[in-house]
Amino acid sequence: MKIHEYQAKEVLRKFGVVTPRGVPCFSVDEAVKAAEQLGGAIWVVKAQIHAGGRGKGGGVKLARSLDEVKTVAGQILGMQLVTHQTGPGGQKVRRLLVEEGADIKKEYYVAALTDRATQKVAMMASSEGGMDIEEVAHKTPEKIIKVFIDPLVGLTDAQAKELAAGIGVPEASQAMAIDTFKKLYTCYMETDASLAEINPLILEGNGNIKALDAKFNFDSNALFRHPEIMEMRDLDEEDADEIEASKFDLAYISLDGNIGCLVNGAGLAMATMDTIKLFGAEPANFLDVGGGATTEKVTEAFKIMLKNPKVKGILVNIFGGIMRCDTIATGVVAAAKETHLSVPLVVRMKGTNEDIGKQILRDSGLPIISADSMAEAATKIVEAVK
Amino acid sequence: MSILINKDTKIITQGITGKTGQFHTEKCIEYANGKNCFVAGVNPKKAGEKIFDVPIFASVKDAASATGATVSVIYVPPAGAAAAIWEACEADLDLAICITEGIPVRDMLVVRNKMRQKVAAGGKETLLLGPNCPGLITPDEVKIGIMPGHIHKKGRIGVVSRSGTLTYEAVGQLTELGLGQSSAVGIGGDPINGLKHIDVMKAFNDDPDTDAVIMIGEIGGPDEAEAAVWCKANMKKPIVGFIAGVTAPPGKRMGHAGALISGGADTADAKLAIMEECGFKVTRNPSEMGKLLKALL
Repeated sequence: MKIHEYQAKEVLRKFGVVTPRGVPCFSVDEAVKAAEQLGGAIWVVKAQIHAGGRGKGGGVKLARSLDEVKTVAGQILGMQLVTHQTGPGGQKVRRLLVEEGADIKKEYYVAALTDRATQKVAMMASSEGGMDIEEVAHKTPEKIIKVFIDPLVGLTDAQAKELAAGIGVPEASQAMAIDTFKKLYTCYMETDASLAEINPLILEGNGNIKALDAKFNFDSNALFRHPEIMEMRDLDEEDADEIEASKFDLAYISLDGNIGCLVNGAGLAMATMDTIKLFGAEPANFLDVGGGATTEKVTEAFKIMLKNPKVKGILVNIFGGIMRCDTIATGVVAAAKETHLSVPLVVRMKGTNEDIGKQILRDSGLPIISADSMAEAATKIVEAVK
Repeated sequence: MSILINKDTKIITQGITGKTGQFHTEKCIEYANGKNCFVAGVNPKKAGEKIFDVPIFASVKDAASATGATVSVIYVPPAGAAAAIWEACEADLDLAICITEGIPVRDMLVVRNKMRQKVAAGGKETLLLGPNCPGLITPDEVKIGIMPGHIHKKGRIGVVSRSGTLTYEAVGQLTELGLGQSSAVGIGGDPINGLKHIDVMKAFNDDPDTDAVIMIGEIGGPDEAEAAVWCKANMKKPIVGFIAGVTAPPGKRMGHAGALISGGADTADAKLAIMEECGFKVTRNPSEMGKLLKALL
């Protein structure tokens, strides 16, 4: 689960990391009041959407007077902000963060994340703050310093020092940088984050270290023990169909193609999408109905797929194990009838009670196309939507 | 022969009294020699009782010392599953197989490092398979996990995969072609897990009764590439490889917690390329995994 920048900074502050003072705002009036309340002579007005790259898209602006705060807040709030992460349609800005200005002397990067290969927490830092870290990793990998933290030990002083010195934090500010890294690590672990990134982490003119921007992802498996983080979820930032699907315990992801697919199992679902592409079309979605699909679940899955106006055909691919093919077949027939299915439907069923399942499909009187292998199913659906 | 388990393996079921544990334990007992293999269950509140004629003990340690079991299978719900894995390790079992899906990553990080620390201090190593996996099966001998037994056939092909139904797909194709399996192993779809592709490939390489292997992977993480490099230098048997997720968009979790492209060489294309380079017969068409393997024999 992702959260907004202002929420990420609240989380960091709770763990003692220093951030600029700021106020989240939902209207232009609130933004002006926030600037007044913060005082000073310069403010930053920042669009709050979950996607990165907001600055380049015109979602972050400086204001040098309250009038300017009003103007830029008016420009940003409600805009359709397009960044490299939003897709061409952009994301509507519904929230702002108004912050005091900062005296930036140098920008760094630091992030904590789980490293699969070592099964430890990796903390990586770089002297190249404020940039896309993927780009830094690609062009100048030597500018990224990484340490691997044993969760039974925690981030050691030596590791924190290695990071601070490695990215060139001046001697006088190293103690504060080390302290910040340790707090970031504690925060990462205690909130069950899967990514905690401060970019940029800045050195101010007075030698202080501050988190100027922050981004968190949380492990969805652990949200059950973090009601305080669940409260920060912003459904406006998520795909409506994906939210709807999650209510029925369906793993669904929208894609750009025109063949809807319904599969049991995540690996088989991806393999099905790949097969559709291999035979000349593109999948419209990823959809894993899981191990315990009922007629209701299959019907909901059909409804969600069919909401997508691009869908010109549906491929159902089920490998019946514990889930029996006859159960799925009954569900597919009911769903096709209830949704008055008008696009071609290819069903491939294998495994437990496969023959009974196929018979149910034949007896349904619906124009369901049957297939024996994934390749045959893909060929048939691609042909049918032509 | 086979890898990791056989008809003589004695198994403890942790979470035997839960709905999932009960359902699958019954199926496992019904399969081949299961009746003699599943010798104990664990539930501290129901010690002394029996389920499907299997005695229930208060702890894994009690169950192991009373029955001589060396393997456990875990169906404990996510919040307590990492603790259940650790209990199996503290009881010095040979292998713990964790079926549970949805365990917090932090819990897995902690337990994996505790397991490593125990071995470093001279303690016995307990292997872990999973979590979030279908388990493993040696056809006609024993099945530990949630895979449908009837699609398997005894034979000489190894199968290893991160995904459940995609493993069944490969097994189904092999069986249809008359090719049986020595063992089929699901290593699970989580980012922090126990045995990896490389470990299972090593075991298949050493198993005199495995002639060839189908290795299936998916987007996310470095494991398939690591296994491929090892195979290039060491594997003496032909391998068919498939990676799911060529069409998966970056940054999106594709069902499995670990199926996430997060930059670098963890895309399906990158993994397919390195596997091919390392001598695997790779395919982009998952319907022909079995056929390709047959052609290699």
